[in-house]
Amino acid sequence: MSCDTTYIDYLLKEIQREERPVAFMEVCGTHTMAIAKSGIRNLLPPGFKLLSGPGCPVCVTAQGDIDAVIELVRQPQITLVTFGDMMRVPGTHSSLQEERSRGADIRIAYSPLDALEIARKNPDREVVFLGIGFETTAPAVGITVEQAAAEHLSNFAVFSLHKLVPPALEVIFSDPDIKVDGLICPGHVSAVIGIEPYSILAEKYHKPCVITGFETKDILEGLVMLLRQLHRNRAVAEIQYRRVVKNAGNKVARETLKRVFKPTDARWRGLGLIPASGLELQDEYQEFDARCRFAIPYIEDIPIKGCACGDVLTGKITPHDCLLFGKACTPLRPVGPCMVSHEGACAAYYRYTPLKGRD
Amino acid sequence: MCLGVPGKVVNLLEYNTATVDVNGNQVDISVRLTPEVKVGDYVLIHAGFAMEIIDETVAEETMYWLKELQPDEL
Amino acid sequence: MTTDRVLMAHGSGGLMSQQLIDEVFKKAWNNSYLDPMMDGALFEVSPGRMAMSTDSFVITPVFFPGGDIGKLAICGTVNDLVACGATPLYMSTAFIIEEGLLLSDLKKIAESMAATAQKAGVKLVTGDTKVVEKGSADGLFINTTGIGVIPSGIDYRPACIKPGDRIIVTGNMGDHGLAILAKREGLSFSTPAVSDCAPLYQIGRTLQKYGADVRCMRDPTRGGLATVLNELAGQAGVGILVKERDIPVSPVVQGACDMLGLDPLYMANEGKMVIFTAPAQAQEVLKDLQALPEARDAAIIGEVIPEPRDMVLIETELGAQRIIGMLEGEHVPRIC
Repeated sequence: MSCDTTYIDYLLKEIQREERPVAFMEVCGTHTMAIAKSGIRNLLPPGFKLLSGPGCPVCVTAQGDIDAVIELVRQPQITLVTFGDMMRVPGTHSSLQEERSRGADIRIAYSPLDALEIARKNPDREVVFLGIGFETTAPAVGITVEQAAAEHLSNFAVFSLHKLVPPALEVIFSDPDIKVDGLICPGHVSAVIGIEPYSILAEKYHKPCVITGFETKDILEGLVMLLRQLHRNRAVAEIQYRRVVKNAGNKVARETLKRVFKPTDARWRGLGLIPASGLELQDEYQEFDARCRFAIPYIEDIPIKGCACGDVLTGKITPHDCLLFGKACTPLRPVGPCMVSHEGACAAYYRYTPLKGRD
Repeated sequence: MCLGVPGKVVNLLEYNTATVDVNGNQVDISVRLTPEVKVGDYVLIHAGFAMEIIDETVAEETMYWLKELQPDEL
Repeated sequence: MTTDRVLMAHGSGGLMSQQLIDEVFKKAWNNSYLDPMMDGALFEVSPGRMAMSTDSFVITPVFFPGGDIGKLAICGTVNDLVACGATPLYMSTAFIIEEGLLLSDLKKIAESMAATAQKAGVKLVTGDTKVVEKGSADGLFINTTGIGVIPSGIDYRPACIKPGDRIIVTGNMGDHGLAILAKREGLSFSTPAVSDCAPLYQIGRTLQKYGADVRCMRDPTRGGLATVLNELAGQAGVGILVKERDIPVSPVVQGACDMLGLDPLYMANEGKMVIFTAPAQAQEVLKDLQALPEARDAAIIGEVIPEPRDMVLIETELGAQRIIGMLEGEHVPRIC
């Protein structure tokens, strides 16, 4: 692998030669984690910032929505099936993990299809799949709903908290308080949506956007491609992650989204209400919509005193700037979702930054 | 929010599923989102679904392009 | 016995209890210590220091690729004694059996324990059985307690660990954790991963000749390598620096972890040791280990550093350093 190490050194050196201050934002929780794990941040020149954006679907789930899910699981006939990521996220008074220890039937799945299997095997239970995730995950949930409809399953529903990435990027770029010179675009969301949404954003806001993969080499290549655009005063969308992302994205996946879901207004932690940034089930799939079937209350977001997750999620502050970081808020005793979620910016910083970086 | 791994398609099954192999681990996933997939293809796996067919050849291209076109060239 | 399952009556202390012990345990573990069937076992002790260790095993499923709860119970306590620097000698075993467990399964487990004990050079000298109602135990819970004798010149303790010491792991990380995970409900994938469950008696014997140049040993079971390193760093009041590229992980385990969003450094191992040695002896210790079948993939993964204290750092492929901390909460499959 000596060819690889030489190439990685080549990329790293180019990044380290950068003298002017520059701030790129990565909008994907998996990028937050990959960047933290690789240790790239510690090798960047001074003034070169990598900001974390609202790319962790767990982190951007509104507090009120989490409270609503908790209300749902307290109904005795409900079996909630969820991705593991959501278990420890704190609502205002409780979490799914706590509810499970109190007897709620909550099961962890790797795929939404697992929830269908649970519904088939447990006809006396109302099985609800908690739909969290962006355009990478929503098509899988869409296929699952269509399958449930084909089988006429009467005890299966989806609680959709799915969100769309481009509307959030629009908010980031148009916020005068957020200073970002370019975007590291999410690799797998882009495998579905393709390059076009970013081309539009790049042109409108004159910011380079590079769709990047998750290996260390991918991230370094992505950063170099962004830097070169800046140097040449270009602002277009490019794909670094070409082995997975095609210009046109995945048409089948997008058509699934159109068939099963429709855009709706959605609450994002840190960004507030963004119009047409969420997904809800189409009218013809109402019977599989948990919101229609069960009494799920709308719960206001109750801000947590001192919690600055909103500002962290928009890159306005780094985790270190939050007064609770590392003191009242740690991975063992998290206050907000940025610390709970495995790929929240705060968790990534806390877990992976060496001691001197923590102060 | 994109945890995806590459896996090799080793078997196509009925009902739009396929068996993929990730370093010897095998899992059955849905290929509804990649209907054109063939045995031997590498796919990106996410949440029990194949999301895309992976094309490794282009990775080399990116590297040569970045090295060919020096940083300060236009 | 006329029944094929364990019944509550088998735990009542009467005739059926006697039958259970005779037909299952005595038959499998035939030895002179056990035969008298007294309330306790009697044996001679030699002068010097002794070590004692106890562990309970509640694993589900009770049969898994590479072993069973019985084999695990023997290996677990044997390895804890080895980690103390002791030569394991005698073990007690206590069973809490769930009503309804198949007698054929119990026999298989007892035989597995006998075979493992023989391999490890320990005698199963005394035991106890209880039966509880259906639903009160996951099939079977086992406790084992073992004692061994520590040769003079051996003193394995965290306090002996010094900056500069090298850290060795005796093979691939995460095999047991993955083998078990794949058997759990809800994860529909198959893996060729097999538990590495094994008694590490030979490792203890092989390293005795190094005396105090081996500082400390621990087996990275629950919580994996990361947890053990953090525990030891804290107990020894030192820092630890390991290199990511030097930690052996099989491609099977790495692939499954990538797929499920897990980290091999936090996955359990039941047939591995983490060993701290004096720097000058590290290469020799490594060579001796690699000559043993149970440690042929042994590798030096890092060293002990004076600062930052109580912390474990890992050097990434880029040469940057980051922290690996303790596990918080459950290690669950994720998609993010």
